Amino acid sequence: MSDFFHMGGYAFYVWLSYGLTAVILIANVIIPVARDKQVKRDLMMRVVRESAKESGKENNHASSS
Amino acid sequence: MWTWLHKLGSPKIFYNLANKLIPWFGWGALLLIIYGLYGGLIQAPADYQQGDSFRIMYVHVPAAWMSMFIYMVIAISSAVFLIWKIKLADIIARASAPIGASFTFLALVTGSLWGKHMWGTFWIWDARLTSELLLLFIYLGYIGLGSAIEDRRVAARACALLAIVCVVVIPIIHYSVTWWNTLHQGSSVSIMDKSSIDSSMLIPLLVMAIAFKLFYGAVVLIRARSDLLFQERKTNWVKEVLANE
Repeated sequence: MSDFFHMGGYAFYVWLSYGLTAVILIANVIIPVARDKQVKRDLMMRVVRESAKESGKENNHASSS
Repeated sequence: MWTWLHKLGSPKIFYNLANKLIPWFGWGALLLIIYGLYGGLIQAPADYQQGDSFRIMYVHVPAAWMSMFIYMVIAISSAVFLIWKIKLADIIARASAPIGASFTFLALVTGSLWGKHMWGTFWIWDARLTSELLLLFIYLGYIGLGSAIEDRRVAARACALLAIVCVVVIPIIHYSVTWWNTLHQGSSVSIMDKSSIDSSMLIPLLVMAIAFKLFYGAVVLIRARSDLLFQERKTNWVKEVLANE
């Protein structure tokens, strides 16, 4: 097992390469997923605001829905 | 065929298709990465010349292939966008650029870590390395151009033109090891001829390459999906999607 981590003396270079790959792959998932949530949240608030405006115009009709 | 393509160009159908494909691509990529890591780090024997340092290949080569593959996706989408004015093609191209740039960066850094041991230097102005660095700058220029122009339509046309003009770098990268006498080794993997690499080393490499492609498929669709929602925010289908969330 320690042989595995030792990588025949190349441990630093091999593990640094794999570590960096892991960081880049994970960042490539986290960033778009966070943005996806952000966009959905923003658009949702926009819909809520617009419907609030519309129901404001229609005065009391909003309560029926 | 054409009606099918036309339908795919429809934002709503694309959105639903992306929703279905993302988990398949994502979990597929994860499974193949686990298998590829097992094959590459544990199963494959150490190289008789390079010892265990050759294992950097399993991330370096797929990353380098992705850097070019993603650029080709951008260039082709850009052409589709300019010819048929399909907005979705622009969305795919622009969503691909940060992913492509990160793979190019990864290929350069893992290459230089590998080179430090094999060649005794982190960097050399070799044709392959220089053209790959140029590709990174093209990606960054493309992203920069897109974010510098406010008007989305103007930005889309400018980016598409840039991407098509700069596609010339791809054959240069690919053939750099044959055209010039470079320190970077020639290709060991070939579709036409028998690959000059043993199958116990080759299979994990191909598995990782497919894993990276699926990974790109998943993340580009996530990016494209949010861009699409934002751009189509005034349409009814987006409001329906949001209502069902």
